[in-house]
Amino acid sequence: MTRSPSALAVDQGALDDAVRSDAALRRFLHGLPGVDQVGAEARAAALSTRSIKTTAKAFAIDLAISMIDLTTLQGNDTQGKVRTLCAKAMRPDPHDASVPRTAAVCVYNDLVGQAREELGDSGVRVAAVTTAFPSGRASLAVKLADTRDAVVQGADEVDMVIDRGAFLSGRYLEVFEEIQAVKQVCHENGADAHLKVILETGELATYDNVRRASWLAMMAGADFIKTSTGKISPAATLPVTLVMLEACRDWRDATGRMMGMKPAGGISTTKDAMKYLVLVNETVGTDWLTPDWFRFGASSLLNDLLLQRQKMSTGRYSGPDYVTVD
Amino acid sequence: MAARLEVRKTYKLYIGGAFPRSESGRSYEVADTKGRFLANAALASRKDARDAVVAARKAFGGWTKATAYNRGQILYRVAEVMEGRRAQFVDEVAAAEGLTARRAEAAVEAAIDRWVWYAGWADKLPQVLGSTNPVAGPYYNFSVPEPTGVVAVVAPQESSLLGLVSVLAPVIVSGNTTVVLASENRPLPAFTLSEVLATSDVPGGVVNLLTGRVAEVAPWLASHMDVNAIDLAGADDAALRTELEIAAADNVKRVRRPDTDDWTADPGLARIRSFLETKTVWHPIGV
Repeated sequence: MTRSPSALAVDQGALDDAVRSDAALRRFLHGLPGVDQVGAEARAAALSTRSIKTTAKAFAIDLAISMIDLTTLQGNDTQGKVRTLCAKAMRPDPHDASVPRTAAVCVYNDLVGQAREELGDSGVRVAAVTTAFPSGRASLAVKLADTRDAVVQGADEVDMVIDRGAFLSGRYLEVFEEIQAVKQVCHENGADAHLKVILETGELATYDNVRRASWLAMMAGADFIKTSTGKISPAATLPVTLVMLEACRDWRDATGRMMGMKPAGGISTTKDAMKYLVLVNETVGTDWLTPDWFRFGASSLLNDLLLQRQKMSTGRYSGPDYVTVD
Repeated sequence: MAARLEVRKTYKLYIGGAFPRSESGRSYEVADTKGRFLANAALASRKDARDAVVAARKAFGGWTKATAYNRGQILYRVAEVMEGRRAQFVDEVAAAEGLTARRAEAAVEAAIDRWVWYAGWADKLPQVLGSTNPVAGPYYNFSVPEPTGVVAVVAPQESSLLGLVSVLAPVIVSGNTTVVLASENRPLPAFTLSEVLATSDVPGGVVNLLTGRVAEVAPWLASHMDVNAIDLAGADDAALRTELEIAAADNVKRVRRPDTDDWTADPGLARIRSFLETKTVWHPIGV
């Protein structure tokens, strides 16, 4: 494995110091080394040319399926739609019991109860988007109530959005404290919901901002950092994911703790998914090649993975008639 | 004056309205009937076939929903553009099939006329092949023809243009989309036809044209679960044909076996009918 060395010399003490005041936090985040934009894009492009075939491909397809947060986040979501989505998450291919389950089902807050009921003890987790997803434009009280609602209904994972307005205008401590507050709600009354922090990289404008936002989220207690809501274009891209994975790697170097990563939005083909897996393997290593630490936020990706899987197991090309319509 | 350098053409595939090289990067030599080199052509692989089926499926919705009148107009336009390329077709057919100029011209004319003839059928099929059925109840009962879907066509090996047109036009006139595997050793007129299709309002993906080895590519089309029918007109090898029919059975494709070599005869509606489904509707008589 080739691994570019960490450019950071951060330890736990420095991190503790950084969050003492708005000024200290700003100093820390702006003191992070800048991202080499050309280098990041070139590296992402170079890694996406790898050819993954036969047994490696079969392994990667199953791994990718098991990493999917099967998502439906539409205004017209119904209970019936959530029910079918849950059935699909538990048994992606009705004809083939050897297909692994997806990692989670990701729905809006008010449908968490429904999803919880459908999934039961299948092992598929329930993720809820909260904090006034996707814009995040609501008061802190509303955001916390939104999150509390999801946790009470039984969400295993909470996908929150950061306040991009505050972040972009430099009020870092405000964003930091908001994440902390949401994190606290995730653990209220003995609950233990994982917190995924959505940076919405499509609105952050630069890779430097992506790196800063990643560190901000990690320091505030995120369990996962996630690229996008999927409502803004561009959503997840390979270079952005690379920058965030590097942050995860540096975070482990600094603190000894692992950090989950979830690209979301715009990943719709098996080929795309393979590129992300290669990126993970080459940036943070095989420790991350598990649904515990890496997820795909996707919906149509699953069908493409299933088509490829059917091709590999039957030897003939499959078609959209042989996967569910969703 | 210095001799002009020859402008050599690279013959490529026609997939989704574009002209890509084979994904495999391979090509093969095309010769005339006397063995003289004519051109290099792209040698399609199974992945090109896969891409072509995806393109055909994508185009199906739009093509099948276009009004019959509109489809007829578009197909007639194809004949117009063919007419404009007449001299080129005559040269290519003559070289490919070893015909004299006069006989090649006759073949090209027959091909264009055949296309016009099929174009005319676009808005007449439902009347002729559909029906109102007598039933013993207060209902109207209609049967209407509908296209089968994505149809794979193994084009005739000998008749490079007339044969191709005779198997292609009846498939698309009713609203099917298609992946055509052109004559293996005589593909040049098919290439030119693909250029005609690309410049005559036929939406990209309705016709996708592959060139290469029938024995290599056809099995992938026959076994493809997203192909709804296959025409084996140019599958000359009996053993291969059997293999293709067996593969096609997996998703119960409609299979049309080769039944003629005489492409000059009146074709009738048989080929059109082969790639149609019949939808029957019961409609209550009003109250």
